[in-house]
Amino acid sequence: MCATCGCSEAAHAHDPPHDHDHAHGHAHDHDHAHDHSHHGHGHDDRIRRLEQDILAKNDRLAARNRGWLDGRGVTALNLMSAPGSGKTTLLERTIRDLHGEIALFVVEGDQATSRDADRIRAAGCAAVQINTGAGCHLEADGLARGLRELDPPRGALVFVENVGNLVCPALFDLGERARVVVASVTEGEDKPIKYPHMFAACDVLVLNKIDLLPHLSFDVGAFLAHAQRVNPKLRVFAVSAQTGEGLDAWYGWLRELRLEIGAPGAQP
Amino acid sequence: MHEMAITESVVAAVSERLGPERVRRVVLEIGRLSGVVPDALRFCFEICAKDTTLDGARLEIREIPGRAHCGACGADVELDFPVGLCDCGSPELAIVSGRELRIKEVEVAA
Repeated sequence: MCATCGCSEAAHAHDPPHDHDHAHGHAHDHDHAHDHSHHGHGHDDRIRRLEQDILAKNDRLAARNRGWLDGRGVTALNLMSAPGSGKTTLLERTIRDLHGEIALFVVEGDQATSRDADRIRAAGCAAVQINTGAGCHLEADGLARGLRELDPPRGALVFVENVGNLVCPALFDLGERARVVVASVTEGEDKPIKYPHMFAACDVLVLNKIDLLPHLSFDVGAFLAHAQRVNPKLRVFAVSAQTGEGLDAWYGWLRELRLEIGAPGAQP
Repeated sequence: MHEMAITESVVAAVSERLGPERVRRVVLEIGRLSGVVPDALRFCFEICAKDTTLDGARLEIREIPGRAHCGACGADVELDFPVGLCDCGSPELAIVSGRELRIKEVEVAA
């Protein structure tokens, strides 16, 4: 069978290349010109045209996660950052402050140890630790495993704390509703332009540790200008997970997200 | 290094599509704005292909240039990086190609 179009012939040239966004079983009429030398002349039957996205399997699993989450009315957020930006501290604080208002769950990704999941549990929240070993990022099957174990109820909010890394996690869809990049003022102002894939892939930017600003020469305006250049649509929250400064706006956004999916108990 | 995971995905996808057929050559399309480094893929490929039907196969990578359309002046510009400025000075660039990560075709043993 031809691997590209599913007809009964062995592989044959499909030229010029055309993008198919539909299942190609030939069960319908084609009214667009294919113009390919259909069958038998000059094609090499050892060539199999696959025309497949490399990340197709991960994207399929991510779509399945998204469907599961939507069906249950559960919101998942993918938190990414360099190591040490304060993701876990932000989550601990969020768990303590929203306790009793929103059912929170956490999927923790780290190369090794369960230290972060232990911290999250100590803050009063159910957590699953996924150790990626040599892996530098979480993939969609990791979130699927986490969701199976956590079994979050309708209306819950699931934070995925990705492996600390500003490069690799940007490429892998997990099925999350939104992507959040956390940066801190102890990092360079130029992080957004040095790691543009990450900042371009996210919906929200949390700038953490702003309580340290008086001790640093970090220029918030310059940082935000870089971020804006990479991704003009980024929504920004400047916070200190330590002192609580700026967190009300962050919580406001989390409440908005739950309103969007019509979570029970969600209040404007 | 996410190239290892990307290469593992290539080997798994090809094995899944072709079953037991031995693979001689794999052709990938990698966009320059995809965030994936072709040399790193080549480095990983031999390791990932070992003891699979792709063992010993040649990896051919076709790099797709990054192109963007300027929202301000309408020009089409070439990009080597996902962030840039048009010659007119505008940062309003909509990327139209260069993000590809595709398995184009494979050649099987006769």
